[in-house]
Amino acid sequence: MTLTHYLVLSAILFSLGAATVLLRRNAIIVFMGVELMLNATNLALVTFARLHGDLTGQVMAFFVMVVAAAEVVVGLAIIVSIFRTRKSASVDDINLLKS
Amino acid sequence: MTPSTAEAVLFWVLAPIMVLAAGGLLFARKAVHAALCVITVMISLAFLYVAQEAPFLGVVQVVVYTGAVMMLFLFVLMLVGVDASDSLVETLRGQRWIGWVAALGLGVVLVGVVGRTVYPDAVGLGDANGATNPVGVARIIFGQHVFALEVVGALLVTAALGALVLTHRQRLKPVVRQRERAAARVKAGARLTPLPAPGVYARHNAMDVPALDPDGNPIEESVPRVLRIRGQEAGTDAFHADTYRRAVTAVLAQRGVTATDAEVDAALGTTEDDPRPPAAPPGTTAGPTTDITLGEGSTGTETQP
Amino acid sequence: MNDLTSLAPLLVAVPLASAALLLLLGRAADRWGHWLGVLASTAAFVVGAVLLTDLLGRPADDRVLDVHLFDWISAGHFDLSAGLRVDPLSLTFVLLVTFVGTLIHVYSVAYMAHDAARRRFFAYLNLFIAAMLVLVLADSYLLLFVGWEGVGLASYLLIGFWNHHTPYAVAAKKAFVANRVGDIGLLVALMLMFATFGAVDFDSVAAGVGGASQGTLTAIGLMLLLAACGKSAQFPLQSWLGDAMAGPTPVSALIHAATMVTAGVYLIVRSAPVFEGAPTAQLVVTIIGAITLLIGAIIGCAKDDIKKALAASTMSQIGYMVLAAGLGPVGYAFAIFHLVTHGFFKAGMFLGAGSVMHGMDDQTDMRRFGGLRKYMVITWVTFGAGWLAILGVPPFSGFWSKDKIIESAFVVPEVGGEWRAWLFGAVALVGAGITAFYMSRMFFMTFHGRQRWAQTSDGHDQHPHESPALMTIPMVLLAVGSVGLGFVLQLGGGFTTWLEPVTGHVEHHEPVLPVLVIQVATLVAVALGLALAWRQYLSLPVPEAAPAGTVLTRAARVDLYQDAVNDAVLVEPGRHLTRSLVYGDRTAVDGAFTGLGRLTVGIGELVRKVQTGYARQYAATMLLGLVVLAVVVLAPRI
Repeated sequence: MTLTHYLVLSAILFSLGAATVLLRRNAIIVFMGVELMLNATNLALVTFARLHGDLTGQVMAFFVMVVAAAEVVVGLAIIVSIFRTRKSASVDDINLLKS
Repeated sequence: MTPSTAEAVLFWVLAPIMVLAAGGLLFARKAVHAALCVITVMISLAFLYVAQEAPFLGVVQVVVYTGAVMMLFLFVLMLVGVDASDSLVETLRGQRWIGWVAALGLGVVLVGVVGRTVYPDAVGLGDANGATNPVGVARIIFGQHVFALEVVGALLVTAALGALVLTHRQRLKPVVRQRERAAARVKAGARLTPLPAPGVYARHNAMDVPALDPDGNPIEESVPRVLRIRGQEAGTDAFHADTYRRAVTAVLAQRGVTATDAEVDAALGTTEDDPRPPAAPPGTTAGPTTDITLGEGSTGTETQP
Repeated sequence: MNDLTSLAPLLVAVPLASAALLLLLGRAADRWGHWLGVLASTAAFVVGAVLLTDLLGRPADDRVLDVHLFDWISAGHFDLSAGLRVDPLSLTFVLLVTFVGTLIHVYSVAYMAHDAARRRFFAYLNLFIAAMLVLVLADSYLLLFVGWEGVGLASYLLIGFWNHHTPYAVAAKKAFVANRVGDIGLLVALMLMFATFGAVDFDSVAAGVGGASQGTLTAIGLMLLLAACGKSAQFPLQSWLGDAMAGPTPVSALIHAATMVTAGVYLIVRSAPVFEGAPTAQLVVTIIGAITLLIGAIIGCAKDDIKKALAASTMSQIGYMVLAAGLGPVGYAFAIFHLVTHGFFKAGMFLGAGSVMHGMDDQTDMRRFGGLRKYMVITWVTFGAGWLAILGVPPFSGFWSKDKIIESAFVVPEVGGEWRAWLFGAVALVGAGITAFYMSRMFFMTFHGRQRWAQTSDGHDQHPHESPALMTIPMVLLAVGSVGLGFVLQLGGGFTTWLEPVTGHVEHHEPVLPVLVIQVATLVAVALGLALAWRQYLSLPVPEAAPAGTVLTRAARVDLYQDAVNDAVLVEPGRHLTRSLVYGDRTAVDGAFTGLGRLTVGIGELVRKVQTGYARQYAATMLLGLVVLAVVVLAPRI
């Protein structure tokens, strides 16, 4: 058991989160995938903080959490707003970027 | 510095759980299950933080993520509909394949990089956490990162305002309050009083039994609308109480008159043939299943918000 | 530069200012505009006369004066100033142009009296005078080119003066295009000069001739000849002149008989140094002159339109001048001499023709003339003077000039064999005979014989009448010139001596035949032509409808198929070339560009398909890109 294991776990969680983003259609679940990726990053940050004996990593993780909270608030508001108008939470229904 | 055995045990217990939970996020059909999986991962992460000499972050993780963020997710799930399950059938051509390749590629690259990197000897946070972890973190946050903290605070306020703006609904119709509803009812000639409660208290008080009026007739509106729509309304036959007749008989007896049924009927002015009012067979009471319209001003039916 | 030469710019400035005034003032000048035009032309003539007295008062070797106007072009090593050269040659032209021009201005006052656009007509005439004076006074080929284009423009405007009549407008266009062909020659010559001598003013070119190769000089000479052919209606660019008769008759007299069409001769004489160094080009000039001489004469025999017959005659006479100019120094002076006398008698005859048309309801068909002698005495006399002059009957003007050219043609050139003398001499001699025939034909058909008048266009009988004094006075003055000018100028070799500062002094060369023999032969040829015309058109009645005629006649009537040849040789291939160029442009050039556009659109269509609008696909693209990037960056480190 070394600290590297934490990092590997972090990488796996990050990849799973990315896969969720790519493969799920429900906007809320996609969003959870993003959160999972952020959490995986936080784990890596905390592990590096311990590895280097420097608390700055933890501070970074703290900031990530705060920003993620703000992001969640806005993102969910957007999802709710879209759901109200389109009666759907599927990200595939929102393809207005197409010309 | 190497992790202690206890930590190793903790890690090896939690890590598979976390990976499995993350997989649950990926595969769960229902959004609520996915949310629960994520909560699992996050709580486990909080444990790992504590184990990694970051008790402050562990607490914050629980409070912010599981306590606030994930609850917000669940609230939104409720708004959107808990039932809304997500079909796992891919609709975009090639997206599943590309997604797997990309995610696996990412995983392989990340794990490869992490695994092949040569790390310095772990220092550990024993020194940094000398004056307890929260104090160490606070020194850094309010020391060299105080400006970032202020900015992040502003960001949070902005996000809150943004959520308010995004979810705000413009009122398109005038408000319908109690006064307007009452006026609409009077205008429509509909019932003004509250609906009678269902059930025949003396005999049966289930919700599916309609109340009886003084004549002993069933009052359809007393049965909840949902039951009526579903046809789960009980008949009144078995529970018919000839209350009035018995009351008349009792009054007559009190006066020393022993009246026959016929005499009672005569006194009551009811016919001999069928002394009891007709009882409705089960499921045939035909009360209104819809509410009266409250006019343009109403946002919906009376029973719906 | 003394005080008098400083007047030279006025020669150009006055008519130009008058033209500008007439054009700018518009209708406000309608009542008096024509007199302003006459005044401007007269003023120019007076200035020319003053300069003449000044020049005559100088010793012969001091008669080339340069008037610097302003620095025109200064680019690197190339410096060109705009300047006027007043020398005997240019002054001769100035006097001819302004004198004949003034007379024709006066004539036009009456001739155009009923034309609503008379003011505009005079503006164009003044513009022409100014441009022509720029042409002859220029001290560099570039400034000459300016005048050259200016007279081309004026000619175009005046030929098409009645452009509401489509054939006239087409004729104007034809003249313009034919002139452009010649202009290309002048332009190329300019470029060659610039490339060879690094300068385009006359002095530098003359000085640089010695150091240039004969091939270059020949090229320049041929290009100058091409320019001269275009402007002077020489073979093979002669076809426009006949059509140019669409313009009002005074225009034909001034521009297409007396002055502008002789600009080619001026150009060749002015470029004498170049041609001296290029005997081949000189020979070509002579040949062209000889060919045109004959072509013009033959065409003149067949034309029934009096103006077109005169035009053919002009072509033929200019052929004489070009022939003379091609003979080298021995002929330069006589070319100019004939040019001057021709300017007088041909202008006089054109004005006479205009007078006849004036009295005959603008008819031009000679077969419907006849017997006009009694009705138009002055016209008959003046036309007759011109007729005798062009025939070369002594002592009329034409005799002194044309006879000299024929004599010069018989001179064996310094370079080249004796055959040349015999050939060109014979051509000139024969040409004189034919000239006598067709001019006599014209004269007899118009003024003598039976009256074959057609009705006027509005159905009345013809009432021929003599023209007003404003028209007859110029005719009389020109007739006086036709009679006596040649004699006066040749007195004691005066004119050739006068031109010597420009053409150089030439030792007298003996022709292959004795001069007397040549003169007698010429007179015999003329008499033969005259007698033939007498028999054909005076003794025999002239049919009112043109007879079928021989093959030659029919060919001559259509200008020896010049238009057909032009169409077949130049126009049609040109059209095909243009079409194929347009096709090539559309398919190759446009195709390349539209193809480029289509390619872009196609790529855009392809790329557009990537833009599905699905956020997940964008995310997948990003992630894939990230992975690929990471692999590419990290791969070398493994």
